[in-house]
Order: sequence, then C-alpha cells, then structure tokens
Amino acid sequence: MSALLETRHLTRQFGGLCAIGDLSLSVNRGEILGVIGPNGAGKTTLFNLLTGIYPPSSGEILFEGRPIAGLHPSEIARRGVARTFQNIRLFRQLTVIENVRIAYDSRLSCSPLGVLLRTPHAGFSERESVEASMELLDLFELGSLAQNRAGDLSYGAQRRLEIVRALALDPKLLLLDEPAAGMNPSEAMQLTDFLRWVHGKFLLTIVLIEHHMQMVMALSDRIEVLDFGVRIAGGNPDEVKGNPRVIEAYLGTEGELP
Amino acid sequence: MMDGFKKHLIQLSILLLGLVVAAVLPATGLVNDYLQFVLISVAINAILCVSLNLVNGWMGEFSVGHAGFMALGAYASAILTVKLFPTAPAELLFPSAVLIGGCTAGLAGIPVGILSFKTRGDYLAIITLAFLMIVKSGLENIPYTGGPRGLLGIPRLTTLAWAYFWCVVAFWVIRNLVYSKYGRGIAAIREDEIAAEAMGVNTRTAKLVAFVTSSFFAGVAGALFAHQLQFINPSSFDILKSTEILVMVYLGGVASLGGSLLGAGVVTILTQCLQPLGTWRMVVLPAILVVLMLYRPSGIMGYRDWAWLKPFFPLTPRSNEKKETETGEDLQ
Repeated sequence: MSALLETRHLTRQFGGLCAIGDLSLSVNRGEILGVIGPNGAGKTTLFNLLTGIYPPSSGEILFEGRPIAGLHPSEIARRGVARTFQNIRLFRQLTVIENVRIAYDSRLSCSPLGVLLRTPHAGFSERESVEASMELLDLFELGSLAQNRAGDLSYGAQRRLEIVRALALDPKLLLLDEPAAGMNPSEAMQLTDFLRWVHGKFLLTIVLIEHHMQMVMALSDRIEVLDFGVRIAGGNPDEVKGNPRVIEAYLGTEGELP
Repeated sequence: MMDGFKKHLIQLSILLLGLVVAAVLPATGLVNDYLQFVLISVAINAILCVSLNLVNGWMGEFSVGHAGFMALGAYASAILTVKLFPTAPAELLFPSAVLIGGCTAGLAGIPVGILSFKTRGDYLAIITLAFLMIVKSGLENIPYTGGPRGLLGIPRLTTLAWAYFWCVVAFWVIRNLVYSKYGRGIAAIREDEIAAEAMGVNTRTAKLVAFVTSSFFAGVAGALFAHQLQFINPSSFDILKSTEILVMVYLGGVASLGGSLLGAGVVTILTQCLQPLGTWRMVVLPAILVVLMLYRPSGIMGYRDWAWLKPFFPLTPRSNEKKETETGEDLQ
C-alpha cells in the first residue's frame, strides 16, 4: 500500500517542552488510523502540525509524496487535508449553508476583480457553490436547517456540520479530533456507524483522535499510540490492546500507588 | 430563472430613475442649496460608512484610520483639479479625479492590509491609528498642498447626481464582494481565523481585498467631500472624522449594507436637525449611542439585511430537481 501521508522525524518544541519528538509515521491510502494517548500526549499538536497551524521545529511532512511543512494552512487544506476541531470551531454567527460554502469556495476560481464587478463567471460560481453545498447538506439531513445560524444548532448537529464542512473541501485526508467528545456511549456508537459510512461514501483516508476506546477499536485499521510526544506503540487494535507499554501509559506502572 | 432576471431589471430601472431624479431635482428649484448639501452629505457619509463597515463589521477588525484614506483621496483629486488641470473640462476631469483619488487611497490600503496578516484586534487598531497620524502630519508638512493651511479654491464639482452615482457604485461593489467567495472568507476571518484557514480560505488575499476595497471607497468619498466643501486642510481628516464614521457604522449596524445606509442617514440628518440645540446637540448622539450599545450592541441592523439589498438567486427549483433524480438513482 502506498502512503498518502508520511512524517519523518517530526519534532515540535514549545520553549523547553517537546510536544512531538522525532515522530515518524505513515498513513496509508484508504485506511482509518486511530491515534490514541493520554491527555497531553501531543495528539492535537500533531494535527496542528499536519494542517500547518504550527510549523514543525524540525522534520518533514510529506503529503502524496510532496513536502507540505511550512505551507500556509489554507494551501494545505486546498491540497486535500481537511480537519475538524476538538472544541467545535464553526463560524457561529453565519448560517449553516454559509459554513459549508466557505469550505466549498476554495474550489472556485474567480479573481477578486471579477467578483467586485460581478462578471457572469463570478455569478455562475456563486450558483455552483450554493447548489453543491445544498446537495451536501441534504445528504447529511441538514438541508432543512440551511438558513439557521450555525451557533443555534444542537450540539450533535454542530458536530455533524463540522464534518460536512470539512467534506466540502473534497479532501483526500480527513483528520478528526475527538469527534465523540461529550457524547454518551450510544451516541458514540451511532457516530461510529456514521463515520464508517462517510469513509466509504467519500473514499477517504481518515486519521482519528479519540478517547472512546470502543469506538477507536471498532473503526481503526491501525492504531498509533503516543505518550509525551513520542510514539510508544502501534499496530492493529488487538496488538495495541495487549501491549504492556500502552497499559502502562494509561494506568501507570505497577506498584506505583501506595 | 426568469424571475431573477425580471427582478434585476426592476432594480436597475429604479436605480436609473433615482439618477434622473438626482440630476433633475436641483434644476427644478424644489430643493434649496442647503437641502442639497445635506443630501450630498448623506451620500458621501453612506459611502464612508459602508466601506468602513467592510473592515469593522464584516471582517470584525477595528480600524480608526478611515479618515486617513479619505484624506488621501481628497488631496489626490484636489491636486488634479486645482493644481494640475485647472482648465480641463469638468465633465471629464471630475470623474477621473474621483477615480484617481480612490486609487491613491486603495494603494495606501495595501501596506495596511499586509500589516493585518499577522496583527489583529487592538494591535491592528493601533496600526491604523498610526497610519492616520502619518497621513495627517505628512500632509501638514507638504508645502505644495498648502501645509496645515490646506488647499483652497477647489471647484464645486460634486453634484447630487455624482454623489448618488458613486454611492450606488459603492454599495453595488461591496454587495458583490460581501456575497462572494472573498466576502464569505472575510466573514469567516471574523468568526474564527484558524478555522477559516483550515477550510481553505486564503486569509491573506481576503484581508487585502477587504482593505483595498474599503480604502478605495474612502478615497472616493474623500474626493467627493473635497469638491463639495471646496476647501480641505489636514485637520478635516483627524481622529474625530474617523470617529464620526465609526458612530455611523455601529449605530446603523455592523456587517450590514442596509445598516450602513441607515447609520449614515440617521447621523447626518440628526446632526443637522439638532443644530438649534447649540452645544447640547453634542450630548444627544453619544447618549443614543450608549443606549444602543446597552440594548443592541451590533447596531440597529447588525448582521442582517433587507432582502432588496441582497443578490437574487434563481436556484431553488434546480436544486430540488437534482435531489429527485438522485434519490431515483438510489432506488434503481
């Protein structure tokens, strides 16, 4: 299998703190990769590095064989890396459809001057963006809420909208940062089915950060385990489950407690 | 499809009718010079208000440098009409002077836009303040334009028709921008810049487009202002002028075309109506502003707009069609 995304000796330091240290991993085309680890293990920092929000201190990131480290986040997004955020970051004041359109817009080719003078081409792209976004919303049963403010949606709908917005970019790689945060076990299982359907429907590669172990185990083809910014284990779900280093990272060493 | 086209036609004819009225009205003698002055001021202020709203409302920054851009437009156009081509025919000279005034201010918007890439919020507000101070003290020290005494003897070329025309152009262009890829990007920056970048919004282009468009129209308004008052000096473009425009924006409503029109109209006309109160008129407007900020912090029309100011979309029927065929395929 060919790697869609690869990191080589990726390191990110914040002052003296090493958030990600010498991390080399690869994500294969079409797989779902789970990334787990205790709080503060550097999982979200990894996403922020992959999407260009922080530049790496050293090391390389290759997407489809080309280096993307140091590019502007919007450029990385346009190349096909979409993400959701741990704490939902929708454009709350804007409507549901505008949220989706903003992501879809990056595919439109119209110049600023053409837009200002509203050339026919600019008008057509407007129409294209509305129709495509509406289609996507309908597919996710959010069509009836299109004109509502995104901030007024229920928590679950906001989570769903964030995924729809990411999909509007037509990504090759989708990074999901704790999509089940704040959900009860039955909602998390629903989300599991939903993500499996999205994965198949949009022919995606997914990297998933999650604390709901049941969900990670059910969805992931492979799992990477981080602790203190370092990869401590990896493999298929069963291998990871039995790995003593993983148990140690989560529960601490034996005899440590008084 | 037909419906949208018809609506466009109706809107266009209303706008043209307005232009004819604006051109004929002064000749009929129905409006005296004073009333005409007030109407032109409303139009100029509406241009200033909608263009500042682009940065302060839609993009959510706080620029206090708008008077600086206005000054550049005013001086550039006045140099053309007073110093360089005083004898050229006004019909040709004035439109080009206004356009060049706008372009001068638009060019000055580029460095401020570039500075906004990395600087946001209070810090950007201070940069715009610095910009205003640079422009003002720069103009005070150029002998060519009269230094602190200013430029005198500017021909009175701003007619009601021209003011109306430029006002319509400003609203049309800014509406086009706001309801477009770049406009949505600008609003996304206001809501959450990191999420905007992660969703593929080229925030640098969006910020540049916002600042250049905003300052271009500030320059246009400055040019109209100069040729209305026939006299400009650097202190007509101080922080108080910026504040006046800010009041219109926050009273009328942020991120709203209708709000900009309303804010400019209400503030301009109110200041005129309150003239008899003497010094006490200085109390009324701030008092209104305080009450408004308490009960409606985003202004009268904040984040909303009248339907007739939005572009029409003939698209509901087609998206329904598509949906039907899609479900049909699924069934097969």
